[in-house]
Amino acid sequence: MITTDIIIIGAGPTGLFAVFEAGLLKLKCHLIDALPQPGGQCSEIYPKKPIYDIPAYPEILAGDLTDKLLEQCKQFQPGFTLGERAETVEKLEDGSFIVTTNKGTKHKAPVVAIAGGLGSFEPRKPLIDNIVDYEDKGVEYMIKEPEMYRDKAVVIAGGGDSALDWSIFLADVAKSVTLVHRRNEFRGHLDSVEKVQELKNEGKINLITPAEITAVNGNGKLESVEITKKDEAPMTLETDHFVPLFGLSPKLGPIANWGLEIEKNAIKVNNALDYQTNIPGIFAIGDVNTYPGKLKLILCGFHEATLMCQAAYQIINPGKRYVLKYTTVSGVDGFDGTRKEAPKAVVKAIE
Amino acid sequence: MDDLDVNITIIDRDGVKHNVNAPTDMAMNLMEVIRSYELAPEGTIGICGGMAMCASCQCYILTDTELPEMQDDEEAMLSEAFYVKDNSRLSCQIPITPEIDGLEVEIAPES
Repeated sequence: MITTDIIIIGAGPTGLFAVFEAGLLKLKCHLIDALPQPGGQCSEIYPKKPIYDIPAYPEILAGDLTDKLLEQCKQFQPGFTLGERAETVEKLEDGSFIVTTNKGTKHKAPVVAIAGGLGSFEPRKPLIDNIVDYEDKGVEYMIKEPEMYRDKAVVIAGGGDSALDWSIFLADVAKSVTLVHRRNEFRGHLDSVEKVQELKNEGKINLITPAEITAVNGNGKLESVEITKKDEAPMTLETDHFVPLFGLSPKLGPIANWGLEIEKNAIKVNNALDYQTNIPGIFAIGDVNTYPGKLKLILCGFHEATLMCQAAYQIINPGKRYVLKYTTVSGVDGFDGTRKEAPKAVVKAIE
Repeated sequence: MDDLDVNITIIDRDGVKHNVNAPTDMAMNLMEVIRSYELAPEGTIGICGGMAMCASCQCYILTDTELPEMQDDEEAMLSEAFYVKDNSRLSCQIPITPEIDGLEVEIAPES
């Protein structure tokens, strides 16, 4: 069991900044994120895109913003549970919460802050009726253990970087690799596209374009897929695995079933006070919340995170006195023993 | 209707037809117009914010209105999207300009 002061669900910019603000109040944070790396959308969807409305940054790449937020909160030693999705929340008699992930990791804290953005990123599934029947029986939407494909026949569908990269990687592992894409063009790094071309020429990748997987078949497990080339009759290809790689799309997911008030696919919060949800002790900050006049901006998430931390302090330290302090005056004392402070002014008399 | 407005017809995901005015002077795109009139629930359209990096704002063009040509990123995104038809476009890539007055579109299903 991981114990902390604030469990933050979502390691995007709002969640990372909450770690810093909590740290100033001597509160420890642990972040849970379904993605394998921190940064949320900034890292997953658009790391190379510039953002122009972060105060004091005329221009900053989304990926760099993540790096700077990590650097800023580093001395408060946040814990991370990455690549796992927060699945359930349980309120204990003493008012604290246990948040359990889809992999069974348990986290305990008196305060939960949901900073989940648009939700957790789930693979987009192709529109094939019975595909769910073969999930984990030959159909996988992401490749977790490449060794699973050793000496197996694999069909990959998709036209982006992940489809290209895995086709290249598995060409040396699998018995056969078939890459199916709806177009002749691929949207990937030039190197990857050229490498696939090379492997195709060597006969190591069977490239079928423009085509789509139109059916999956098998008895209890996947045995074959139906491939339909544009304007041609469908053909059947025997295979052990089918890996559709059509990108990720965010879904609010299990959080929607936590008994929180949901409106417009977002969590309703009290914006007059502290961004608390209808469940005391559970807050929602950043893009995941909604209130009258809500704007989904990173800078608004920073503000909401700051107010949430003050409320969390009151819950964790009931009755304990505190007033807001300025980092310029007080400096920053890290949990790792480091201290940042303004250099003392030099005072010297003129003789 | 403001002089700077154009008139657009949008069929929502429930098949309901909406006739809306959209300003041409606010650098808006069609996805944003759909959101501003709340014709699709928040969180189901314009998820990537308008970077042609998801296909949540896909729509079908029902008129022969002349639209700006598709760029590579839009074409690539549509090649990976679902429910794509020959008349599919990403509405975030269609700016609101005087030329598109009278445009009629249907929002594609959520996927």
